[in-house]
Amino acid sequence: MSYLEYNAKYVPTGFRKLIYLNWPVILLLTAVACFGFLMLYSVAGGSMTPWMEPQVKRFGMGMALMLIVAMVPIWFWRNVAGVAFVVSLLLLLAVEFFGSVGMGAQRWIDLGFMRLQPSELTKITMVMFLAAYYDWLPSKKTSRPFWVLLPVLIILVPTYMVLRQPDLGTAILLLLGGSTVMFLAGVHWAYFATVIAAGVGGIVAVFESRGTTWQLLKDYQFRRIDTFIDPSNDPLGAGYHITQAKIALGSGGLTGRGFMQGTQSRLNFLPEKHTDFIFTTLAEEFGFVGAAALLSLYILIILFCVISAVTNKDRFASLLTLGVATTFFLFFAVNMAMVTGLAPVVGVPLPLVSYGGSAMLVLLVAFGLVQSAHVHKPR
Amino acid sequence: MKKPQRDSGESARRLSRRAMLLGTVQLGIVGVLGWRMQSMQVEQADQFRLLAEENRINIRLIPPARGLIFDRNGLPLAENEQNYRVVMVREDAGDVEDTLNRLTQLVDIPQDTLDRALEEMNRRSPFVPVTIADRLKWEDVAKININAPALPGITAEVGLSRHYALGEDIAHVVGYVGPVSDYDLSRIDDQDPLLQIPKFQIGKTGVENKLEHTLRGSAGTKRIEVNALGRVMRELDRQEGIPGKDIQLALDARLQAYAQARMDGESAGAVVIDLEDGDLRAIASAPAFDPNLFVRGISVKDWTDLNENIYRPLAAKAAQGTYPPGSTFKMVTALAALEAGVISPEETVYCPGYTDVADIRFHCWKRAGHGNINFHESLKQSCDCYYYEVSQRVGIDKMAEMARKLGLGIKHDLPISAVARGLAPDKTWKAEVRGEDWRIGDTVNASIGQGYVLSSPLQLAVMAARIATGHEITPRLIKSVDGIEEPSGRGESLGLNENILRRMRQSMNDVCNHRRGTAYRSRIIADGMRMAGKTGTSQVRRITAEERARGVTRNEDLPWERRDHALFVSFAPVENPRFAVAVVVEHGGGGSKAAAPIARDIMLQALYDGEPPLDAYPSAERDRAREQQERIRARLAEANRGQDRA
Repeated sequence: MSYLEYNAKYVPTGFRKLIYLNWPVILLLTAVACFGFLMLYSVAGGSMTPWMEPQVKRFGMGMALMLIVAMVPIWFWRNVAGVAFVVSLLLLLAVEFFGSVGMGAQRWIDLGFMRLQPSELTKITMVMFLAAYYDWLPSKKTSRPFWVLLPVLIILVPTYMVLRQPDLGTAILLLLGGSTVMFLAGVHWAYFATVIAAGVGGIVAVFESRGTTWQLLKDYQFRRIDTFIDPSNDPLGAGYHITQAKIALGSGGLTGRGFMQGTQSRLNFLPEKHTDFIFTTLAEEFGFVGAAALLSLYILIILFCVISAVTNKDRFASLLTLGVATTFFLFFAVNMAMVTGLAPVVGVPLPLVSYGGSAMLVLLVAFGLVQSAHVHKPR
Repeated sequence: MKKPQRDSGESARRLSRRAMLLGTVQLGIVGVLGWRMQSMQVEQADQFRLLAEENRINIRLIPPARGLIFDRNGLPLAENEQNYRVVMVREDAGDVEDTLNRLTQLVDIPQDTLDRALEEMNRRSPFVPVTIADRLKWEDVAKININAPALPGITAEVGLSRHYALGEDIAHVVGYVGPVSDYDLSRIDDQDPLLQIPKFQIGKTGVENKLEHTLRGSAGTKRIEVNALGRVMRELDRQEGIPGKDIQLALDARLQAYAQARMDGESAGAVVIDLEDGDLRAIASAPAFDPNLFVRGISVKDWTDLNENIYRPLAAKAAQGTYPPGSTFKMVTALAALEAGVISPEETVYCPGYTDVADIRFHCWKRAGHGNINFHESLKQSCDCYYYEVSQRVGIDKMAEMARKLGLGIKHDLPISAVARGLAPDKTWKAEVRGEDWRIGDTVNASIGQGYVLSSPLQLAVMAARIATGHEITPRLIKSVDGIEEPSGRGESLGLNENILRRMRQSMNDVCNHRRGTAYRSRIIADGMRMAGKTGTSQVRRITAEERARGVTRNEDLPWERRDHALFVSFAPVENPRFAVAVVVEHGGGGSKAAAPIARDIMLQALYDGEPPLDAYPSAERDRAREQQERIRARLAEANRGQDRA
């Protein structure tokens, strides 16, 4: 079946595409964003400014972008995947030289009308490029060493650049997101097993070496790791924030303390309460019920994406959809693990809820790609 | 361009399989997150809620109002005075410099105070109120309030601070309060959270210190909500504390003030005891100091002045100072001997002007000697040889026993700082403390209140009181606490022979009222108010045989600190004793010259309740007495005016 034939026969055209959008995902995204608006209104002490209003505007802009991206046929996106990846690598490089320093790290370029974080963009373009790579690669070559090495480089180059900023959170997201796409594409499980085993072995070796003559790290480096793993070792520094976050979360109880009644956030005990730690405010004010509701919305988004991907016969489309869904999953899972004290604080925002421009726009564009895959799937 | 790969067959199935596997892993992770939230928000919610409340709620103490101290007539001695201060909140002030400039135009504030306040303001959070100036006059407060619109962030606040209206007159008794120091905290075992309040005022000396717990009261609390920076958001609730209890002293402020004024210029102590219930009508020590200086925080200069003054203004000499009692101890020696029956009152002893005991020659003050002399005459003329003789007969242990019975050498339990025990030496004491055997010379020395014997003016007054009444009078300083009367100080009879006591009182009467008595010049001549007493002059230096041969140097020719102490103990009226008075003038010279007139004047004040008629004084003294009375009345009137203002 020819390319043209497939296009003409199975894919909706014009405004009919709107009907074929993945509407449940759009509604769920909007619902999640609404949680965000509510919380930004609350942490500002019951005010639209300074956070809620810009966030609503950005969400509107992001939804528009998502629809535009969704209308463009998926094969176009596959064809530009390589270019997009290279452009985002160049932008990362630009940050290295011209980037502004914010929060002690070089992260964004001021484009005049918006501040662009190339690392956010890279999360999506890398997944796109990997999906395109595996779409192009004959499936029998998938597990051959050379063809495994290439995507490994595709992942490691941006990861290394992001790590240099330094932005540990994004680096972890890139690494895990990329590996997931490789796993889905069918790379032999032995590779993963080897890497995981080597990683675990390496970590064990480093820790086992502590206090012996062949110690692999300096003492102060160990102490830094200690604080990183268990912030309560440093109760006035990093530990203070995570302790306050846990108090906020726990004190919410089953049904919460009521909208705008959270003492932890209202009295400024919470750090970064409008960005990375916004989930704790939600949990404090709406309790376990509110937290579980948001978690369920996230799961439903992932679920609809997985259904869309599994039912899509286009390999690029389904890899891309799953890749985006996984990146999205990693976002909220790492954030929630972080604020509940299950993982160290690495600086990952809660997707669509935390205040922030680049992350929201890039995520919505990514969901635009998911929508495009859904609309243009071969039927 | 390559044709899109129709994803079918094995690779498509593998993708689906792996997507499912991935989904499962993700669900598992979500499950862990959900479980974590459930355990924190449902199972441990109460603990976290508690932590959140602890974060948010600060408990602040409300200091209770300190109990007041009154004299026996209800005159306030220690009060809580309203104290105005200017407070500034940096964030409300706008331009701090400018606002402070405008403030200094209105109110005179020293530059260094201003600098200190500025420094503190820059160190603290902008919302913390910082005190700029303390103890403002009401006029200044009015000025600040009127100009409030021009002084943003500045408010006048009112607080309580301790004030002693009678200042110097009661300094040694009432003491003073001061901010609690680290030293205080390390020294006292007190868990009261009030002590943790910075600059909380606690009693440092005197009654303020000894009855701290009665006066302090207990803290109230208020719960306030604070944010993460410590800014107070609102008060949640408050529980008022219990104010400290008021204390009424037995002291008569007017008599006390008179005694202080009368001793002006001397280094002396005087005690007046009410014989009815042991009330301490006055415990005066001169010179004194202004306790208010300490409340405010004493300057280095004032402190050095007080410490370097050789008259030791900080010492409460009346209760704390111990002196050889000199001839005032002769009552003890005589009573011990007469009670023991080793000599009868009529039996005479020959006084040649000296007595030789164990190769040492002890001299009588009268070089020519008194000849044959009995008890009555010996006390009246203060013959020493008589006592040298009877002390050897009765022995030191009986004398010490009598001394303790009369209140010497024992510690009277008064709530003021450092009440002296004095010393009524006996054989055991010398063996234990000095590790030496008692020698007969020690007894002879002790018989006239020299040697090891030491007593305070308070103890001497107690002795006079006990001789006057025959009862065990215990000095009482606290009349009532919180309106509840303290037990009276008049105790049981001492069990002394009433006949002997009567003779003793008669002899003491003649000391003052017989022409040849040593205190004749300081008698009270009003009928029914006559005074009985005993002079004492105690040496503080050894008179060598050489000096004695040359002629003893007169006190006036000696440096102050080597002159004799002058003492006088007395009670009056003779017929129906109401008061006992003891006066010690440090290095004052002779007891009859330096101490007796003071005691007489104080006694007259007590007897006539502040208004003694001039004809109660010996005619030669009336001019001086009138002039002195006028001066002291003016001084008291001034103190009273000051009090009315406060």
